[in-house]
Amino acid sequence: MKNKLWALILYPISLFISADWLDVNMPVGVTDISKEVFGLHMAIFLVVVAIGVIVFGFLFWSMWKYRRSNNKTPAKFTENHTLEILWTLIPTLILVAMAVPASITLKKIYDHEAEEGGIDIQVVGWQWKWQYKYLDEQVGNKPLSFFSNLTTPPDQYEFNRVEKTESYLLEVDEPVVIPVDTPVRFLITSNDVIHSWYMSDFAVKQDAIPGFINVAKTKVNVPGIYRGNCTELCGERHAYMPIVVKAVTQEEYEMWLQEKRDLAEQIAYLTEKEWTSEELLATGEEIYETRCAACHQANGSGIAGFYPALVGSDVVMNDKAKQIEILMEGIRGSQMQSFAEQLNEVEMASVITFTRLSWGNDRSGDGEVVIPKDIVEYKEANL
Amino acid sequence: MSAVVENHDHHDDHHGPKKGIMRWLTTTNHKDIGTLYLWFSFAAFLLGGAFAMGIRAELFEPGLQLMDPIRYNQLVTMHGLIMIFGGVMPAFVGLANWLIPLQIGAPDMAMPRMNNLSFWLLPTAFGILLSTAFMEGGMPGFGWTFYAPLSTNYPNVAYFVFAIHIMGASSIMGSINVVVTIMNMRAPGMTLMKMPLFVWSWLITAYLLIAVMPVLAGAVTMLLMDAYFGTSFFDAAGGGDPVLFQHVFWFFGHPEVYIMILPAFGITSHIISTFSRKPLFGHSSMVYAMVSIAVLSFVVWAHHMFTVGMPLVAELFFMWATMLIAIPTGVKVFNWCATIFKGSITYETPMLFAIAFVVLFTIGGFSGLMLAITPADFQYHDTYFVVAHFHYVLVPGAVFSIMAAVYYWLPKWTGNMYDEKMGKLHFWLSFIGVNITFFPQHFVGLAGMPRRYADYALQFAEWNAVSSVGAFLFGLSQLLFLYIVVKTVFAGKKATPQVWDGADGLEWTVDSPAPYHTFDVPPKING
Repeated sequence: MKNKLWALILYPISLFISADWLDVNMPVGVTDISKEVFGLHMAIFLVVVAIGVIVFGFLFWSMWKYRRSNNKTPAKFTENHTLEILWTLIPTLILVAMAVPASITLKKIYDHEAEEGGIDIQVVGWQWKWQYKYLDEQVGNKPLSFFSNLTTPPDQYEFNRVEKTESYLLEVDEPVVIPVDTPVRFLITSNDVIHSWYMSDFAVKQDAIPGFINVAKTKVNVPGIYRGNCTELCGERHAYMPIVVKAVTQEEYEMWLQEKRDLAEQIAYLTEKEWTSEELLATGEEIYETRCAACHQANGSGIAGFYPALVGSDVVMNDKAKQIEILMEGIRGSQMQSFAEQLNEVEMASVITFTRLSWGNDRSGDGEVVIPKDIVEYKEANL
Repeated sequence: MSAVVENHDHHDDHHGPKKGIMRWLTTTNHKDIGTLYLWFSFAAFLLGGAFAMGIRAELFEPGLQLMDPIRYNQLVTMHGLIMIFGGVMPAFVGLANWLIPLQIGAPDMAMPRMNNLSFWLLPTAFGILLSTAFMEGGMPGFGWTFYAPLSTNYPNVAYFVFAIHIMGASSIMGSINVVVTIMNMRAPGMTLMKMPLFVWSWLITAYLLIAVMPVLAGAVTMLLMDAYFGTSFFDAAGGGDPVLFQHVFWFFGHPEVYIMILPAFGITSHIISTFSRKPLFGHSSMVYAMVSIAVLSFVVWAHHMFTVGMPLVAELFFMWATMLIAIPTGVKVFNWCATIFKGSITYETPMLFAIAFVVLFTIGGFSGLMLAITPADFQYHDTYFVVAHFHYVLVPGAVFSIMAAVYYWLPKWTGNMYDEKMGKLHFWLSFIGVNITFFPQHFVGLAGMPRRYADYALQFAEWNAVSSVGAFLFGLSQLLFLYIVVKTVFAGKKATPQVWDGADGLEWTVDSPAPYHTFDVPPKING
């Protein structure tokens, strides 16, 4: 019993000792602004620590010195105008001394102008992923655009079946790639609820608000992979939409752009190809797991009150056209979003086919498959 | 201040309290209603605390162990709502009911029947809010700040809106009662500047409540319209503005923050003066400081919204205005220190809580000052640094002051002294627990851990484990508090009317326990 009690007391102490003390402060970051912000943070921190030491020091000393056993008769004084003016004036001066440099830095952060040679990336928050659109880079006849989804498997975060890896919950399928030493403007907005794009290493945190475009300009000095999070509660999977920025040299950036263009051509080719239902099912299952299962669940049962079941759904079983429309347009006023931009024609057709042929839906329903051409036709008819 | 209680030979035509449950359902007595409020808030404190234990248990290590993120968000939301609207606010209203009439020499609150109604609306509102736990879709999970448009598409939001409306009505009625009582029922000779500081703090708080509760009602009504009646106040697709919601909400929300701390200032001033056996250093400067804080609270709301993309000039205005609040707050802290200086101090439980309040509330104030620096706020905003900040001002701030008040006035309410040894044990467990819980949250916040996360990156694991251990310690210690209070109600050394030798004020001139009816004849205030 006694041993257990000791273990209970020693356990928190051992945690305090073993914790990584280098990890307890704000990162200095990799931009000029982030360094300035870090400086402001440390300055105000040291000021309040100094005030704390003086005020608490005086308080604790008084508490000790004037304890009853040491001082039987209390003084009776009240009010002292000189003292009161001093303790109003001195804090005022300290505050002004802090606010002035903060205002100067803030003004620099608020320089949102586009610069020569800079690039503009539109950032769109979706439940629960980020979309990046490179407004100056054309692929085919559209700006380069992709979605950035969490890749940490549910086996790590939900079922705790496999060991968590180093970048746990901070890893995505497609990081946003930017060149170093180049002014980059992130034009941040949202497709549904409010999100917030937070990259600590750049000292950037801007809310992504539907109907607004917020600007965050940054210039990264050091190549590397930087990881951040969504910081505005956006629903169930708020913790599962990380941000990964890969800052690379100008040459690597050009190469990456070229790869993206090549990939787009490949996809165009795949759309034209004849697909068997087995091929569609295999691709569809993969897509379903990463894009749909979070809400509609891995077994298609949904969550009562939040997300409808796909098993036994009339649309999924019997109404192919309606299902394509829902995936393409989303359902307004619900959390079902449009996947028109998120999935290409092949992915869209496969995932619809997967839901129509799985969980017994093929036996209870018409069991019809959707091929990439159906999606192409839908797009042509509706644009 | 000293007072002369005149002993008139009045024949006692008052009836005592009714018997059984009807006493509590129909009571119009300020002491009974104060007791009801205090027990209600304690129940809410335990329920909200149980939700917090659920949160900390889930966050003990990375990965989802106990609940899915929907449940987690519900716990976070309900923890906030219950602690704010069910815990802290009703506790202060309970103290106001017990103490304001006693401290100003009035026989009761000005509007006793409305007083009864304002209390009984509260359990009604919470019944409605908690009933969502048993419905499909469950409890609200959009955070206590219920930002649109996340909240407009949430299941069961109508119940939440209705509950908030009723709570608001209850608060407004309670505040009107406080204002009318203070303005009209003070004992002859008690001028405004002679009023005890707890009464002053509540007068200011009541005005804040009357000013901002209707704004909250407006916010939830617009939310309801958006959710069910097809309007688009906050829906960008319909031409609305999601940021408008935040402006309206925080125009209520920031004064609300001071509603939860101003009465604590009053309580602390009484207790520090009593146990230092020395008058408060600056009575009138404390009043002016509270009034300044209240006025400033109306012009700083957007410091909660530095990252929504306001224009530069707005960011600058709200940064400077926010920093200004540090000046009157500093005046208060310096005042308490100067009161202790050259006193003759003893450290009973209320004094321990009051001093812990001064120190830990000031630490919360320091992090508040850091948060006011807008460029640095871009890093702190919506991380655990903010969580640590507001828990420091609310838990060892507001909640400690409430506990101090309970220990301080409990002998007056029950006629019995509480067990001093147990009280001190409760203090030290709470003090250690609260710091182990919330101090490490500064660290993970600075390192970038966002708030309202059901799960987090591995680098934050150690400090979250520490924080959870502290939270369980703090949570369990509160059962000791319950035990001490219950024990004091039924037994304990008999208390004298004066209770504390250094205490000053009208409430110490009546018997302990305070008779069911006091000050039928107003006392005269000397000097």
